[in-house]
Amino acid sequence: MTDRREAVKRLFTAKSSQVETNRGELYYKELYNRCRRRIDELKKMEPSGSKVGLREILSDEGIERRDFMKWVSATTAMLMLPSFFEPLVAEAAEVMDRIPVIWVEYQDCAGNTEAFIRSDGPKIDDIILDIISLEFQETLMAPSGFQAEKQLWDAKETFKGKYLLFVEGSIPMAENGVYGTTGPAGETFAEQLAHLAEDAAAIVAVGSCATFGGVPAASPNPTGAKGVMDVVNGKPIVNIPACPANPANMVGVILHYALTGQIPELDSLLRPKFAFGYRIHDNCERRAHFDAGEFVEEWGDEGAKNNFCLYKMGCKGPMTFNNCSIIRYNESVSWPVGVGHGCIGCSEPDFWDKYAYERPMSDAKIKAPTGGVEKSVDEFGLAVLTATGVGIAIHAAVSLVAGRKSDEGERS
Amino acid sequence: MSRHIVVDPITRIEGHLRIEAVIDDNNTIMDAYSSSTMFRGIETILKGRDPRDCGLLAMRICGVCTGTHYQRSIEAVENAFDITIPKNARIVRNLIQGALYVHDHVVHFYHLHALDWVDVVSALKADPKKAAAEAKKWAKVAGVEPWTDAESAFREVKERLEKFVKQGRLGIFGNGYWGNKHYKLTPEQNLVGVTHYLQALDLQRDAAKMMAIFGGKNPHPQSIVVGGVTCVQDIQNPSRIALFKTLLMKFRNFIKQAYLPDVYMAGTMYADEALDGTGAGLKSYMAYGDFRLDDTGFYNADLLFPSGIVLNGDLKNPIDFDPEKITEDVTHSWYRGDKPLHPFEGETEPEYTGFGRKENGVAYLDTKNKYSWIKAPIYDDKRVEVGPLARMIVGVSRNDKRITEYVTRFLKNGKLPLKVLFSTVGRTAARAIETEMMADVMVEWVDELAANAAAGDLSTWTEFDFDKVSRDAKGYGLAEAPRGALGHWVRIENGLVANYQAVVPSTWNASPRDREERMGAYEASLIGTKVADVNQPLEILRTIHSFDPCIACAVHIVDTKGKELGVYKVDTSCSI
Repeated sequence: MTDRREAVKRLFTAKSSQVETNRGELYYKELYNRCRRRIDELKKMEPSGSKVGLREILSDEGIERRDFMKWVSATTAMLMLPSFFEPLVAEAAEVMDRIPVIWVEYQDCAGNTEAFIRSDGPKIDDIILDIISLEFQETLMAPSGFQAEKQLWDAKETFKGKYLLFVEGSIPMAENGVYGTTGPAGETFAEQLAHLAEDAAAIVAVGSCATFGGVPAASPNPTGAKGVMDVVNGKPIVNIPACPANPANMVGVILHYALTGQIPELDSLLRPKFAFGYRIHDNCERRAHFDAGEFVEEWGDEGAKNNFCLYKMGCKGPMTFNNCSIIRYNESVSWPVGVGHGCIGCSEPDFWDKYAYERPMSDAKIKAPTGGVEKSVDEFGLAVLTATGVGIAIHAAVSLVAGRKSDEGERS
Repeated sequence: MSRHIVVDPITRIEGHLRIEAVIDDNNTIMDAYSSSTMFRGIETILKGRDPRDCGLLAMRICGVCTGTHYQRSIEAVENAFDITIPKNARIVRNLIQGALYVHDHVVHFYHLHALDWVDVVSALKADPKKAAAEAKKWAKVAGVEPWTDAESAFREVKERLEKFVKQGRLGIFGNGYWGNKHYKLTPEQNLVGVTHYLQALDLQRDAAKMMAIFGGKNPHPQSIVVGGVTCVQDIQNPSRIALFKTLLMKFRNFIKQAYLPDVYMAGTMYADEALDGTGAGLKSYMAYGDFRLDDTGFYNADLLFPSGIVLNGDLKNPIDFDPEKITEDVTHSWYRGDKPLHPFEGETEPEYTGFGRKENGVAYLDTKNKYSWIKAPIYDDKRVEVGPLARMIVGVSRNDKRITEYVTRFLKNGKLPLKVLFSTVGRTAARAIETEMMADVMVEWVDELAANAAAGDLSTWTEFDFDKVSRDAKGYGLAEAPRGALGHWVRIENGLVANYQAVVPSTWNASPRDREERMGAYEASLIGTKVADVNQPLEILRTIHSFDPCIACAVHIVDTKGKELGVYKVDTSCSI
């Protein structure tokens, strides 16, 4: 128990931080040279998408070079590269149209497609998305049926070994995959994915369903839904979880691939470190209130009116790795914590069963597979994460701040 | 010699849909079958959870009509607990849902539906100057200034398209049915359509921000809770409300100056199809009603969209809606069951029987038996259509002042008779009429919210004693999603969900035949349609898309009664 307490203390009191990403001069030099060679190679290639250069499109769209460079420096920072990479990132953006993308949807709700067409940032992202060569995208493409199928298999052939395969939605594996079929031959999702994975350069799983199984895999997982990483072997896979995935992170991955010819550095769950290298809690706009022990205790109370911390209302920011607290959503208009609702941990595996409820961990009624409810909290090792538990950890860890609310006597 | 064609996947929709049609020697559709080919089991997943958490999960039924299932689920629970939410919460929810309507309808018309009317390749032959005149002409019909009538704007789009085509790979425009003779717009009209397609792609991002202001993000907002909303900061901050209004006004202009004129343009050019009722289908319509305009409790408030049923196109005799008369039948659906059941009694087990014959690498549905993951909902022993057209038809038949005014003005401006509504074109027009009306009424709501906050009312949540109210309760959330009548039914015992059922718009519309072999709305709407080229299912897409299919929503109705179908993996340590 004491060990746990220590762990909890560390969890909640870690300094707001960015991940230490500086890899040393030598590393960046090498990377720079590799990127240089890669871009020169791409420049020699025929564009697979539109033959129009980005520069041309930018001027067509009346976008100032200055705005473009602004976007470039923001993106370079997001990818955690030193600023001397900016000219390279700009060039990479200009050769992105050499990257063919096939986007398939399985057990999905199209939320990631919808997010994708609402890409953040200056308008420029959209243009870049316009000119990556999107070969197959069911929600947007003109043809249906046989013609759509043809488009898919043609792209697979034409861009053998070159295309990025974006997967949205989980793959139902129970009963031989009958819970999802597609195409005139009634192929199962699992069969189609296996075929498309064969010739992909890499697979990008977007959204929580494609990464960790998401909603369909929530207990009791009636269709045996799985994420791509549990179905496909022997291919590089990048996971961009969250529900939906933040389109800025989708663009970041494509851009990184254009830039380096490789997928970005990943964590143990195959998530790009540039986006999932730190916790919501580390950079939360309400962090100061947490440190001061000021919590919202009830929806709409005085604390809510003053943007107090939402931990006691069930915010899972301390357990969740994602960059929402930095980049937000919809061109930074807002994010869940911004509208006074806690984070539900949507970029973490099994979050529907572990995190997505309106109470702190201890008061969870987690739907455990064994059918037990409250008792399962301890099985998850969460009992200590009560509001009181946190209070104690904080008390133990940080010096008391004058005027802050006491947490003692809180009901756990 | 009839031909049996298969269209799978139907693209430019949400979800996985297959349509099969039997076509006679004159290329007329004699028979049609609608099947959904994807299943997730969301109700099963909701069972046993805390009712206060269901909204977040239920929202993931669909990422296109995002937020609407969230609200329905929360309202079903509020209805069960007998909670009336504060005024601010009601208005904010209306604004979030309204933002969904205007965004969703515009994206549907341009990005999911327009390519059934607009021939992208034909636009290459357009004269940009004439295109500008064309845009002016249709705006004038709508009684507004055009969104764009600068020749240069049309020229730029044409040049962009030319570059696209020159390099021979059209990306998502590739392999379309360009050149099919059932495309009827002139090159200039097509250029106007494509120009607005691209402009809408850009503008819809701004429209999505409206939902993000009060919802946190779009898709999948996160500010609605049982008892109210959480975004008190955004309600008390005049600059947030002002931002919302700015975004709304801009998008409203686009709706009035581009969307409506384009619908007049398409409606006029395809008028023969509208007049002969192509794609009308069932002609029976149902609306649950939605958007509470005052703060009286559940199902007593005045509504923006009234509820009711209109049978066989008879506008003179609307029927009152009774939620008890809804049942679902599984005769042709991949579930076990022998009689139609009310959602509160919904008891179903998956029973997948697969496809029928396979020939030349094509699998055909076993249409004599079970052929879809969607059930067949029935209202009082009738098959009905739901959606924007149903809302407009029911509104007119109920003499609703606002709806009648908008519908009448639309028809008068376009010099169109009322009967054009009963067609594929009419279904598309009804959606546009509704969008304009929604954009206008949202201006009133946002002002109402600002005034209420300015008067010092910052209440956003109604307190309730969860332990007491959740012992034994049941409730429903009945409302109108953008695609039509949507219901969530929940039974709660000892603080947990005992049973959960959702009957969603596309369940009504995309359903297979029922026990009496009566067709669902999609199937019925295809019968009698003439196809120009059997190898290009353009007309099928046009009619099916006019319903704005949302198939992930429609397929999740199951209660496996604890049957273990999958292996559940659990991580037993809290990873720090």
